[in-house]
Amino acid sequence: MTDVTEIWSYLAARPLLWLTCTVVAYLVADRISLRLNRHPVANPVLLSVLFIAPLLWLSGTPYATYFDGAQFIHFLLGPATVALAVPLHANLAKIRDSVLPLIAALFAGSLAAAGSAIVIAMAFGLPDQVIVSISPKSTTAPVALGVSEALGGSPTLTAVLVILTGITGAVVVTPLMNMLRIEDWRARGFAVGVAAHGIGTARAFQVNETAGAFAGIGLALNAVLTSILAPILVALLL
Amino acid sequence: MLTPIAILLVCQLAGETASRALGLPVPGPVLGLLLLFVVLLLRPAVARSVGPVAQRILAHLSLLFVPAGVGVMAQLDVLVRDWFALGVTLVASTVISLLVGVGTFLFVLRLSGGSR
Repeated sequence: MTDVTEIWSYLAARPLLWLTCTVVAYLVADRISLRLNRHPVANPVLLSVLFIAPLLWLSGTPYATYFDGAQFIHFLLGPATVALAVPLHANLAKIRDSVLPLIAALFAGSLAAAGSAIVIAMAFGLPDQVIVSISPKSTTAPVALGVSEALGGSPTLTAVLVILTGITGAVVVTPLMNMLRIEDWRARGFAVGVAAHGIGTARAFQVNETAGAFAGIGLALNAVLTSILAPILVALLL
Repeated sequence: MLTPIAILLVCQLAGETASRALGLPVPGPVLGLLLLFVVLLLRPAVARSVGPVAQRILAHLSLLFVPAGVGVMAQLDVLVRDWFALGVTLVASTVISLLVGVGTFLFVLRLSGGSR
């Protein structure tokens, strides 16, 4: 019989183990989220991460090894972004009806996301490099990293802040909107797409199909706008 | 099932190529989204083929963020020094953006007399 450690060292060096682990952790997280009626705090991304991180830590697995397996799932973010065109197209009539609110909310929401981050971070006396790194936090990761790098920020810090912003938005949006008695799914979805990119969009799809479609538009338009707006705001405010 | 996947990949590939070739700050997949949207406008029949697969992928959009999320846990040490200030900034700024976004949407909707 083969030694357990031998099996482990074989599996640990292959993508299969952590790929499987990621899918299974997500399935369990999604089950829990469903069981709790999609309670905002039971966010599937957050739960999955909380399941996997301790396993990596206990087994002494470096992130690079984990990512060798998880990259196959990470890769699908690209095609999934393209796929957002489908709900966008399916909701064309609703979008036509609200072009003006959409454009206004895009500029206001995007400006508020980057502007308030810069101003609050300055009030805390954070160093310039950190302020620059937090400024594009509400947009999708590739754009945020590009902006941060171009302005002399830290891409690693930005990557972490982008993901945390997404999770924050996804957790906060439902209770916040319910508290304010906002029932318009277009407005709710669009705002979370602008403020909390893909993770907020994933939450919107969980709650309502129209909200998901509008979140997708918010995410896409804000990717374009933040790349233009964040550098201007940093120059003006910092 | 392969045709819709090919369509998604071709759009992404075209987007990535355009993004690089033109030196645009907009990522390839976002350009791919716009391209597929135009294709759907011109040929609505494509929606019947891509639709179901797209919906399946989007139903589990959360799964796709798990690898990056785990990466955050691996790099939490970048937050150590300023964790409190960063945490407050992040939460406050996200709430502000949500409020301003949703408020503006509803305000302009009412101004423009849009449907409720």
